[in-house]
Order: sequence, then structure tokens, then C-alpha cells
Amino acid sequence: MEHPPYMSTTNACKLCKPLGACLAFRGIEGSVPLLHGSQGCATYMRRYIISHFREPMDIASSSLGEKHAVYGGGANLKQGLQNVMTKFGAKLIGVATTCLTETIGDDVPAIVHEFRREMHDSGLRDLPALVTVSTPSYSGTHMEGFHAAVRAVVEQLSEDGTSAHIARPPALNLLPGFLSPEDLRHLKEIIDDFRYPAVILPDFSMTLDGPALEDYEKIPSGGTPIEDIRRMGGAAATFEFGTTLDCKTAGKFLEEHFGTPLHSMGIPIGLRETDVFFGALEQLSGTDRPEKHVLERGRLVDSYVDAHKYLFGKRAVVYGEEDLVVALTSFLTEVGITPVLCASGGRSGRFKPAIERVTAGIAPPSASCESGLQSRFPSPAVPAAEGLSGESGWRSWFPSPDGPAVPAVPAVHEGMDFQQIEELALELSPDLLIGHSKGYTLARKLGVPLIRVGFPIHDRFGAQRILHVGYRGTQSLLDRIVNALIEGNQNDSPVGYAYM
Amino acid sequence: MDIIFGGEEKLYRALTELIERHHPKAAFVYSTCIVGIIGDDLEPVCKRVAAEKKIPVIPVQSEGFKGNKREGYSAACKAMFRLVGTGDITGISALSVNILGDFNLAGELWIIRDYFKRMGVETVANITGDGRVAQIMRAHGAALNLVQCSGATIELAKMMKESFGIPFLRVSYFGVEDMAQALYDVAGFFQDKDPGIIERTRQLVKDELSVLYPELRKFREDLSGKKAAIYVGGAFKAFSLVKAFRLLGMQVVMVGSQTGTAEDYRDLHEITDEGTIIVDDSNPLELSSFLKEKDCDIFVGGVKERPIAYKLGVGFCDHNHERKQPLEGFVGMLNFAREVHSSVMSPVWRFVPRREKKV
Repeated sequence: MEHPPYMSTTNACKLCKPLGACLAFRGIEGSVPLLHGSQGCATYMRRYIISHFREPMDIASSSLGEKHAVYGGGANLKQGLQNVMTKFGAKLIGVATTCLTETIGDDVPAIVHEFRREMHDSGLRDLPALVTVSTPSYSGTHMEGFHAAVRAVVEQLSEDGTSAHIARPPALNLLPGFLSPEDLRHLKEIIDDFRYPAVILPDFSMTLDGPALEDYEKIPSGGTPIEDIRRMGGAAATFEFGTTLDCKTAGKFLEEHFGTPLHSMGIPIGLRETDVFFGALEQLSGTDRPEKHVLERGRLVDSYVDAHKYLFGKRAVVYGEEDLVVALTSFLTEVGITPVLCASGGRSGRFKPAIERVTAGIAPPSASCESGLQSRFPSPAVPAAEGLSGESGWRSWFPSPDGPAVPAVPAVHEGMDFQQIEELALELSPDLLIGHSKGYTLARKLGVPLIRVGFPIHDRFGAQRILHVGYRGTQSLLDRIVNALIEGNQNDSPVGYAYM
Repeated sequence: MDIIFGGEEKLYRALTELIERHHPKAAFVYSTCIVGIIGDDLEPVCKRVAAEKKIPVIPVQSEGFKGNKREGYSAACKAMFRLVGTGDITGISALSVNILGDFNLAGELWIIRDYFKRMGVETVANITGDGRVAQIMRAHGAALNLVQCSGATIELAKMMKESFGIPFLRVSYFGVEDMAQALYDVAGFFQDKDPGIIERTRQLVKDELSVLYPELRKFREDLSGKKAAIYVGGAFKAFSLVKAFRLLGMQVVMVGSQTGTAEDYRDLHEITDEGTIIVDDSNPLELSSFLKEKDCDIFVGGVKERPIAYKLGVGFCDHNHERKQPLEGFVGMLNFAREVHSSVMSPVWRFVPRREKKV
């Protein structure tokens, strides 16, 4: 069912590179992101981030105008750096480029180098750390911007563990990628339970989800301490979440530069991916996981069993960031849900093999079904609209023999926008959607529940507190999915059962 | 790749594809930073597509680095003006207006249109909330332009005055006084053509107020003496808000805007109480210190101020583009009162750090 690729993009299933970089910089203590470009980018990203996290979010901008577009933005960038230093007292300024400054060809590292020298010459010794990252938003996604910023921070700040002033190198570098503040808190709890010192980079568990305050903080408390980042080169190992990442990650840099062993793994969602994470922690620390986590895993398995009949054969469309989709797909196949479409706006080229890896050998045998693209209501007598709203719950409750075919391997598509996702999803008749809130229009059209995960979530409360990772996060996702399906059946039933 | 070789061919193909998919009445093409730098020429592409698809295809010169929001408004006005004057204006009433600078947030425009209908005034075009291409094309047939958000649309009003001789009035639909004033101004403008309009308008205002005031009184009892702070984009809205809070018996302890002029601030000083802080083009730190100093109960500001207020444990009213309740018109005043009430009277503030210590 492939159609020729569209020339236009309608409602992209990705965000722009500098936005990802700003989020990553936000997770460092005392840090302020600064966009080198025109003002509008910073305003739009702030609004977008604020609406998800419901927290203040400052993004500085070098605010280039027409003159600078012609003669270069160096002077404005230096002025911007100076302003952020004096007005915010930043300990780190993360400079990310934009379409504009990439296109006019500003050499940002050179400008920043010059700025450092000028400050030094003027007698100012105590400069903040200045990190630069190239994030042209006409290519790539926010995730690429995020990982590029993390790499830039590590590349430009971390040192060899043997440096004289580094007292105690961390034992573990954890590079979790873009998770929720609640996820980061949970990861910290797990690591604390292993009593194993670790650096998590970035860590916006406080800076994008902080407590109520009496006095406004120019830069919110929390974030990965810069001193810890400097010591990352001396760690015993790096764990990096993400199996669709390129070879230019922070973890790779640490391995190549300092010989820090790198363990790449998927985002720990679902039993298998979480087992990998816990297994790696056990191996590294030389201790078994604490009883609390053994029990949490046990309860999760127990709930898989309790839930299995609600879920078996249910068809899911999963979309969003590539690594998140891979992890969710891994989990969904474990509980018997069939991901019929895995879609992302990213184009890593590693998405499909990653999906195949997590679905291989676990998807239910369905060799007799040649295609997953049959309509659920093949009869022309049932108009589509009626099928959406007036569907009897019982039909989807028990998969009937003549029901929709279950594909052995989900359709996996890179570089998708919501126009394309919708076209495919309408043919696939899914039972549920899993992804961020930009899929709501489609969920509404299909008349199926949307399980909101990831970023952005602009139409629900508590996005910053959604737990996705670990046995506990998986448990919470499982409960939400099962309940959404039960609720759908309950609402659709003409009887009104109060006992489901 | 597109950056190096130019995006004009891609734009042509994308436009064609989208017009074939959606069958729009017109298409607007916005230029971004990149397009401005690589020098794509939108005009010939738009002309070509317009000729092929037989709809207006209009470029909007909105490169991000070319000036601020005001210049974006200007680019939009220029683009919109290309539609004006291209439609048939037969049959338009002598008592007719265009509503400019209202964005139909939460359906507000429909409320205003209804008032005019009850006054016997035809609304030709809404620009740009709930706008229709066909309406905008015949907007030059209206007798009067009403400009609310002047920053966005006053340029269009001026162009229409120059080219078509249509006068314009600046109005505000926020708060009882300004809303009534707007309707009376329109009635006054048309009274030579239809003397009965004054009486109809008076009756309309009376009907609306007789419903509104008893309702407002309930909120007023609770809100009387509570303290409000205002920081909005334009000073015009600040005036309306000062009056609206006064109607609720509340005290305005701080008022400011991003774009107000010296004259605006003199006028604000006139209508506010002694000791009210007046701020211009402020920043989060300054705002937060004023909120604390004045021990405000509620803050009215833009979307990006909301998390600051909440972080410090101060109530907030979304008098901005994210509002989900109509705040314009007489019914809007009631919604405003309800929203202010629901924030100020919430029990949650007693638990926030700034209040906790005082207990």
C-alpha cells in the first residue's frame, strides 16, 4: 500500500532540532539555552515546552535582524552571551544554531572562542562554560538535536578521570535520552537502590518539574552538576538508551576518547528491555537487584497474566520518536497487542531493524494472514462513519475468526507526517493509538482511545509526571492501556455493565 | 539539498499537491528565514500556481529575521489587502462593518456579530478570526471598519481607508464599559442613515446588563478588595482590564504592557489608584518581585507568564490567546468574573510557600 512520497509535509511527526538541544541544555545545573538565530524560534519553542511541562522555560536568543543576516551574527551572539552571563548568572550557556545561522554560515565555535579571548583580555576570568552545537532545523528531528547537544556537552566539558583535580570519578554515566521528569526520578531511584554512584545527563527532573517556590529563580535548581560532567571520562561504564542512534553519540565519544565501555540498550520499557537495564546494572555493580525491584517485576508479570485477554490481538498504531516507538512496540508485543503500524518522523535508517529485533519471535503466529491491511468492516453496507461511532463493543471484545488479519510484522515507516499516518491507519483499523497528543485528531476520527506518552502532550494534565520506564513505568502503561480498552467497551455497550 | 539548489520547484509541487488535496478558496505562502536567505522568489511561483489552479495564491513576506511581530502583522495586512476589492459588493447594506483584529478565540467573534445583527448592522468580513476568502474579497463594500487589535490590523484599516475611503474606529470588546462604548460608537456612526439604531442599541445594552449585573453581584461579594496585577501585550487591553477589575470591586495594584507608549502610561496613571505600580516592557524577575511586594491575588498576563505566576503561588487569568472561555462582550465579562473568581477563591493558595509562612 505504498504511495508515492508527498512533496509537502502536513502536521509533521517530529519537532525541530534546536528544540531538542534546548531541552537537553535545560537538564544541566545553572544552564541557559541560547538560540543563535532570529527571535521567533525561541518564542515558539518556549511556548511549546511550557505547555507540556507547565513550568517556566527561558530560552535566550541572539535575535538576529536583517542586517545580521547579511553581515553575520557574531556581534549579536557575543552580546547575547554577555547578557545571559550578567542577567542570569549562568554557569553554562548552551548555544544552539538555527536554520538562519546555519544558512548564512556563521562559524559559532570560532565566534565563541573569540568571545572567550575577549573576555579573558578584559580581565574576566570566571567565565561560564560555553557549549556550542550545530542544529540546523531544516534537517533532522528534535531527537537528533537532543543527542547532538548531549554529545557537545560531553565533548566540550568532560575530562579524563585521571586529571589531578578530579577527586572521585563517577562509576556510571547514564545517558537516558529524552524521557519525562518522572522517568528520570525513577531511574535515579533505581540507581540509588543499587548504591552505585552515577551521573545522569541530562537531568531535568527538577528544572522542568520543580516545587512551588516563594522567590522566583532565574535559573531553576537542579540539573546535572557541571563538575559531574567533567568527571564522566573516568567512569567505569556508560549506559546509553536508544537503539536507533547514530555513531556520533556522547556514549561513543566517551568510549573512543577515554575508553569508557559503552553499553547501548533500548529505553527500558516492557519486561525484556527493563531486564536488560537491570541486568547491566547488576553486572556492573556486582550486586543483585534489591528485593523491592524483584517484587516490582513479579507484580508486573502477574498483571501481564491478569490483563492478557483484554489485550490479545488488539491492534495498535504507535508513533513518535524512533527509540520511544521501538521500546513501546517491544512492550506491546509482550502483552499480545499487535502493533500494526510503527511510524516516526525521524529518518535514522535504523528504525525498521530495531522494530524487527524487538518483535522477532514474540509476535503471535499468524502465517495464515497474508496482510494486515484488510478493512475491519469490509462490507460496503456499513458506512465508515457509522463504523466509528456506533460499533458494538462485543465485536472488538472477542476477536472473531473473520475479524481483521493480524500481520506478523508491523508496518514500519520512517519520515512520516500525520497525513501519511492517517492514510495508513484508516486502512489498518486499529483498536488504539499510542503516542503524543498530536495524534488526537486521528484518534478522534478513528473513534479509538489515544494513550498519551512522550512529548508533546498539550491536551492533558500531568505530562511531566508520566512514568514510562522500568517495571513500574511499564506497569502504569499497562494499566492505562487496559483501562482505556475496558472503558471503550463499557461505553460502547448498549447494556451499561458496571462489572467489566 | 533544497538549501543549495533553491526550493522554488519544490514549492510549486507542494502547492499543487496541497491545493489538489484540499481544494482551498485561496492559498497563502509564508516565507521563513531560510527562504529569505537563499533568495527563493515566491511571487512567480505563486503566480504560476494561481493561473493553473484558478485561485488566489498570495505570498506573505514573513522571514523571521526581517523585523519583529509588528512587521509580521504588516506582511499579513499587505497579503490580505490583495484579496480585498476583488469581490462583488452588490447587496451590501448601507449599515455594514468589517470586524478587524478579532481572532474568534473561544467563539468571541460570533458574540460580537450577534450584537451587530441585533442592532441592524451587517458584518461583511471578519479579519481574521473565522474569516472567509469570499467575505474578505468583498470587504471593501462595508461602510465602516472596526479595529480591535490595532497592532495586527490597523495597517489594513489604513490601506482600506486610502484606497476605498472606508473610515475606521478603534474599539474594545472587553469589559462592560468598553463593549457598550463600541456599540454606541457604531450606532453613532450610522445614526444619520438610520435614526432608530441608537434606541435599538440602548435596548440591547440594557437587556444584556439586566442579565449580567445580578450575576456579577455574586462574584463581587467574594472578590471585593482582592488585589490584581495586569501585564499584557498592548496598553489598550490594559485599560479594559483596569475597568473590568474595578467593576468586580477589586484593586489593581500593578499594571503594565509590553508595547505601551508614554501617553498610554500617563492615561493608565490617571485611571488607577495612588500607589499602583506601572511597568513597561518588564521581565520575569521584575514582575515576580512586584507580585510578591503587592501580595497579589491574581495576575493577568500572556501564556508565558502563567508558569511564573503559578510557580510563585499566584492566581492567574488567561486573558491571552490560550483562553478557552469567551471574554469579549457582556457575556465575556461574566466569564471573566467567573474565571477570576475560580482562581482567587481557590483554597490552594493557603498551601503555597509565600502564604504558608504568614499563617
